[in-house]
Amino acid sequence: MTQYLLSVWHDRDATPEDIYPDPEEREASYAATGTFNEEIRASGNWVFAGGLHAPSTATVVDGTGDEPVVTDGPYSESKEQIGGFWVVEAPDLDAALELAARGSKACRGKVEVRPFHGE
Amino acid sequence: MTDAGAAQAVEVVYRAEFGKVVASIAGRFGDLDLAEDMAQEAFVEAVRRWPTEGVPPNPGGWLTVTARNKALDRLRRESTRQARHEEADMLTAHEDPGAPVTSVTDERLRLIFTCCHPALALEAQVALTLRLLGGLTVPEVANAFLVPERTMAQRITRAKRKIAAANIPYRVPRDHELPARLRGVLAVVYLVFTEGHLPGSGGDGIRDDLCAEAIRLGRVLRELMPDEPEVAGLLALMLLTDARRAARLDDAGALVTLDLQDRSLWDRTKIVEGHALVRECLRRNRPGHYQLLAAVNAVHTDAATAADTDWSQVLALYDQLYGATPTPVVALNRAVALAEVEGPASALVIVDGLELDGYHPFHATRADLLRRLGRSAEAAAAYDRAIELTANPAEQALLTARRDALS
Repeated sequence: MTQYLLSVWHDRDATPEDIYPDPEEREASYAATGTFNEEIRASGNWVFAGGLHAPSTATVVDGTGDEPVVTDGPYSESKEQIGGFWVVEAPDLDAALELAARGSKACRGKVEVRPFHGE
Repeated sequence: MTDAGAAQAVEVVYRAEFGKVVASIAGRFGDLDLAEDMAQEAFVEAVRRWPTEGVPPNPGGWLTVTARNKALDRLRRESTRQARHEEADMLTAHEDPGAPVTSVTDERLRLIFTCCHPALALEAQVALTLRLLGGLTVPEVANAFLVPERTMAQRITRAKRKIAAANIPYRVPRDHELPARLRGVLAVVYLVFTEGHLPGSGGDGIRDDLCAEAIRLGRVLRELMPDEPEVAGLLALMLLTDARRAARLDDAGALVTLDLQDRSLWDRTKIVEGHALVRECLRRNRPGHYQLLAAVNAVHTDAATAADTDWSQVLALYDQLYGATPTPVVALNRAVALAEVEGPASALVIVDGLELDGYHPFHATRADLLRRLGRSAEAAAAYDRAIELTANPAEQALLTARRDALS
């Protein structure tokens, strides 16, 4: 079994209203994501999942020096930022890709699949 | 046996067996990196021993067992890799490399699907397939795609690392995944072929080595998946295209179009084999992209002279192809057939509606149609654009000659 991070990516400045302009569509997506979460709990793939506040709420801490340095985040200047993620356990990449496809459809966003180090 | 004879025997066995040895070791130990290294070492051992001991009766089996023993030795040495160490310990004594290998289940099929996994970049899929399945050395793969050896070595290493880290499965896809995954495998092999047939860079008109390698891979696929009509279709397409190779360049190295080729130079053996495959596909009646393209080429290679070409049959095949794959490129090729059936004016109407400005065959086709309609100035401009967009010297020479011959 390998654990994978399935991260959902959005435009940095996008609000929930931008991502789902239609309120009904937004509700449908939340419901579909909830259903997907229940399904992967039931199938034993679930490790953890969560949706994140906007990147503008992030803070960066550099503790590598003598004193920690705290700056307003996010860390990456990139236009694309993580909006939420799942950590899943799957037998192989093909299985993880199948989960990612279902998660992507549910939350209406593109999903990156990245393996964790094993053991 | 002489040294030269044994060395040649290793060379012949190398190409034929490398993929099988890699696949067998990868299947046993689940580690492509290890499999590649040990296959390589087994061949080094063969080069060292066969000249004095003679070539074993089953060279492929000898190499597989030797590679497997070397893998066990390495795993035992690497005590930090505890899990694998235990795995290696479970396997007892070395096997005798002279003993016959019992399992004939072809592991190469799993290897192909791993090398061509869609989670890998296409260029990495091609590189892995040529290296691990085709047995080309890293310098050979680098040379095939005109990138520095170091770049290619990194590309292959990175791909193998991703396979291991992301746990890309080493298996044949399940039934519901198979059609899509097989399309990916066939696309990789056809990409190797087209790069040989009409190189996009590097200064050669045709790359015989890549055509031959792609056909060899096509034969391996055919051997492994005899019931897949698209596999037969791809092999037929490559054979029927490659059969015309000797007639495709004139003495000056310029490309010769199909209608002007010396058909006595065509390779009859490949044509006969290709036609047999196309007939087999027709009997199966499960048409697909490569089968239809092969059928088009069967019509062309069936005609004794260009004038004998059954263009209405070619057009019907392109109609079918366009029905299944309505892309602008298919529409362009269909228009070429339409020009022969209905005349260049009808074809030009279709071609002018296609958005293919960056695609040099679009401009070359358009130029030919304009030329046939006597619209010389427009034809010259279209030839210029086609010449500008192609990097292939043989094609540039053809297009330049056509342009210069305009009145």
